[in-house]
Amino acid sequence: MSKKRVPAIEGWFTLDDAPQLIGLRDAESGTCFFPKDVAVSRAPGYDHVELEEVRLSRTGKLWSYTTNHYKPPDPYVSPDPFEPYTVAAVELTDERMVVMGQLAAGVDPESLEVGMPMELVLGTLYEDDENDYVVWKWQPIAA
Amino acid sequence: MSNEVAILGVGMHPWGKWGRNFVEYGVHAMKAALADAQLDWKQVEFVAGGDTMRNGYPGYVAGGTFAKAMGWTGIPVSSNYAACATGSQALEAARTRILAGMCDVAIVVGADTTPKGFLAPNKGERALDPDWLRFRLLGATNPTYFGLYARRRVDLYGATEQDFAQVKAKNSRHGFKNPNARYKKIFTEEEVLESAMVADPLRLLEICATSDGGAAIVVSSLEFAKKHGAARAPRIAAISTVTPTFPDTYIDMPAFSTDSAAGLPSPDRGFRDSIAHAAYEEAGIGPEDLSLAEVYDLSSALELDWYENIGLCKPGQAERLLRDGDTSVGGRIPVNASGGLGCFGEAVPAQALAQVCELTWQLRGEAGERQVEGARIGITANQGLFGHGSSVIVKSS
Repeated sequence: MSKKRVPAIEGWFTLDDAPQLIGLRDAESGTCFFPKDVAVSRAPGYDHVELEEVRLSRTGKLWSYTTNHYKPPDPYVSPDPFEPYTVAAVELTDERMVVMGQLAAGVDPESLEVGMPMELVLGTLYEDDENDYVVWKWQPIAA
Repeated sequence: MSNEVAILGVGMHPWGKWGRNFVEYGVHAMKAALADAQLDWKQVEFVAGGDTMRNGYPGYVAGGTFAKAMGWTGIPVSSNYAACATGSQALEAARTRILAGMCDVAIVVGADTTPKGFLAPNKGERALDPDWLRFRLLGATNPTYFGLYARRRVDLYGATEQDFAQVKAKNSRHGFKNPNARYKKIFTEEEVLESAMVADPLRLLEICATSDGGAAIVVSSLEFAKKHGAARAPRIAAISTVTPTFPDTYIDMPAFSTDSAAGLPSPDRGFRDSIAHAAYEEAGIGPEDLSLAEVYDLSSALELDWYENIGLCKPGQAERLLRDGDTSVGGRIPVNASGGLGCFGEAVPAQALAQVCELTWQLRGEAGERQVEGARIGITANQGLFGHGSSVIVKSS
């Protein structure tokens, strides 16, 4: 029996086949925010603008990447035994903001290069007996 | 009118993993700084403490904690926290008080006792705290960010693992006889490259440890310095405590996303560049006037970023500066003559003050084997979590 797919954090991304991060947009200045942890538009002078929920670009350019070879402290939920994992930072195409995420499972970090096109996918962050807790991850766009 | 204040005395408790009460290190440093200044604690009119977040309540109100430990004298106090930039904030509190004419002599002090291992977020389920979320959702440790910056240098500028190892080896040569350094050992590039990979392309010996330590500085008005027979004391010519300008699109701890540059135009200068720039503007000098620099080598590769951020060279040229020996003691513009964080590890609230202590000793010609000949002007640069710039320019009088 397959486990239930549950977002590791509620309301931060869509769960469809072409997942997108969910942010906020200040339509007057044209700037966006992710995550949605803003009280007002942080563009100085635009604190009067009502922010609207928006789905962010699911593609961008690789800003940088690194592979962690040591187990991080809590609250990271690590597989046992620990497995090295890669973190990528990607500049979103339209929003021109950099968002970090883990590299999708099965992608060889040796194949990465700063500047290459990337896309957002969902992948397992950790799991228990019933649920598969998913989070956004990055992978290269197949050439 | 000049914004200058005099540095009458500096003192440190050696860095290490001593495991004692942080107050002890702070008091040790204060006594050393007062002795260096030839002043008595009772002559001090203001105390600015740098807070520590890892030692309970006394750490959150460090100014009062240190004042009590030295013996209450009724003077006003301030306690300051700005992560790695804490020391500069405390120094700025003292400087502005002096420049406002509210006191003549102030002491600034920071000290820390640190736990082992990775710096971890506070305990509990804290889904609104980005510092908690970055560990939970991404496993983004501090070395993860250092790894991202280092990888950019490799892919964009052709930096090599050898270059990063060379930074560590250089700083180990600078610091191995520094009496206040924790790691007094010369590392070769080969030894660095044999250490375990932590956050690719950075290895264990290239990533800053956390240390215990304490540093203190006695500052005064120029008038007081003159009366005190210290007219030739080094002076603080500038303190920069700038914050970023929106939109800031450089990924920085503990955030896992940046501002968006899709709306408002990006500032002329990125945040890291703006830190030293503000200090240069205030002091009325430029990078070409420097004798030496103390920058925050949280990782070996990050030191190379700072060369560019403080204007020693253009983006992409830091490796050349390093390879040519320009940033070694004896070179054109020595960087981290103290040994830097590579030899010290980080004692957060004391570290920015320790950088200023080093410049003071260098400008007084008292730095022993790591002395930069004829040092007249130095700059410190670092950055505290959540957008705290920190840069101090010290010059000879």
